[in-house]
Amino acid sequence: MNKVLMQGNKIIGEAAIRAGCRFYAGYPITPQNEIPEYMSERLRQEEGGVFVQSESEVAAIHMVIGASAAGARAMTSSSSPGISLKQEGISSMAACELPAVIVNMMRGGPGLGNISPSQGDYFQATRGGGHGDYRIIVLGPDSAQELADLTMDAFDLADQYRTPVMILADGMMGQMMEPVVFKTPKPRVYPESFIMKGAGAGKSKIIRGLILDPLDMEEHNWTLDRKYQVIAQKETRHELYNTDDAELILVAYGTGARIAKGAIKRLRESGLRVGLFRPITLWPFPTNELRDLAKKVENFLVFEMSTGQMVEDVRLAIQGRARIGFHGRPGGVVPTPVELANVVMRKYDSKAGIIDHF
Amino acid sequence: MMVKTIFSGFGGQGVLMMGYALAHGAMSAGYNVTFLPAYGAEVRGGTANCTVAVSDDEIASPIASKPDNIVVLNTPSLSTFQNRLAPGGALFLNSSIIDVEPSRHDVRIFKIPSSEMAEKLGNPRTANTVMMGAFLKITGLVPPDIFLSSMETIMGSKKKSVIEINHKAFEAGHEFLKIAE
Repeated sequence: MNKVLMQGNKIIGEAAIRAGCRFYAGYPITPQNEIPEYMSERLRQEEGGVFVQSESEVAAIHMVIGASAAGARAMTSSSSPGISLKQEGISSMAACELPAVIVNMMRGGPGLGNISPSQGDYFQATRGGGHGDYRIIVLGPDSAQELADLTMDAFDLADQYRTPVMILADGMMGQMMEPVVFKTPKPRVYPESFIMKGAGAGKSKIIRGLILDPLDMEEHNWTLDRKYQVIAQKETRHELYNTDDAELILVAYGTGARIAKGAIKRLRESGLRVGLFRPITLWPFPTNELRDLAKKVENFLVFEMSTGQMVEDVRLAIQGRARIGFHGRPGGVVPTPVELANVVMRKYDSKAGIIDHF
Repeated sequence: MMVKTIFSGFGGQGVLMMGYALAHGAMSAGYNVTFLPAYGAEVRGGTANCTVAVSDDEIASPIASKPDNIVVLNTPSLSTFQNRLAPGGALFLNSSIIDVEPSRHDVRIFKIPSSEMAEKLGNPRTANTVMMGAFLKITGLVPPDIFLSSMETIMGSKKKSVIEINHKAFEAGHEFLKIAE
């Protein structure tokens, strides 16, 4: 076991290179600048490694399209406003069924907003983000270790389903240093037949998202949809934390889940039975797993660093089977575990052993 | 056990280095650690700070709303952070530069003239390491030998003389509080 102390952004870079990423294009934006910085240093040490600081975010994502079509494991990264700019390319990749990893280190928004950690891009990430009928796989790490593990997994999932995969974290995950152990990556499985490398004597290969005949386009939409249904069935991931005897369950992801765990430790010390449901895949959302929990728990409290986005997925999962409250801190504010514990405490009357109306 | 410390000072005083070295040392000593720098539109000569959490349990939040220790290398940092310090906590201040008295009376205060001490040792840039010597003397968070070998790992590519002067600076800080007591 080789444990190292690394910053979150650099962990993503290292994990990507170990997973075989040999093409990176990006345009600088805080709080993720250490990703391109790291890639520029490391990719030139790797055979065939290419790093491009592009002229814009739009250029970067389209360079990734080219690299992916040519068979490279490719990645780009940015933060909220820059991810908005990349949506045209992400939509194209979904249409063309091209694999790639896109990292969004979220910051306060909308607009240019600020550079503080935020979770305001949940809707954008989990609903596809760009135009058209598509989804992308979205992974929400909550620790340095998960940044490493999920970045490697993201490349495998992207290849397996030929789809863009997004790592959705925030400025705090990107800037924080924590110990990390890099696992051994799996060997890449990606059929040669998908790669554009010259037809030779064979038939020309075309990768395109422009399908003018509506019936053909419809068929393509259903093909994509069947793929998304398989992903939704097979690829959900979640963590249960202290849920066995819980009277109230917090639902939070990423940095929000870290804060929730801190709050739960305090609440448990005061005898309040509180647990956490943490979605690790944000799309596909672990709907069934959360619904099962609602069979035995009546009270849920969603906590996000936004005005309330994931709470909609929680409502869709629970479908009125339990009460759902919400606490949010948007705009780049990172609340403390003490604040969240106080919020829970108000909802949960420990003396009477009952939970207040939400 | 969970100990959170905020390090703060002018940009360039080695504030982030102090936090990084503590986090690395504590990791080597077998603890869970997080290191969170303040990031953003900082300027040279402006303030820099970072938060380090050390625990034998999982660390939920890397943010310290009520730190157990604060280490301040300049006056603006003292005014920014002293009111956040937990009652009974330890306040380490660079008395070479900070010419105001702390307003807190419910905390343990350690004044170390770290800039002057570093200058006497021949390298004013080691004031942060002097401070770390004093800090670890009081908090005992990481054994000195583990901390020093972590510093060597971090400075890996630096000249031997740089490592040596930092060793001396650390020892000077470590000894200083013993003499003062």
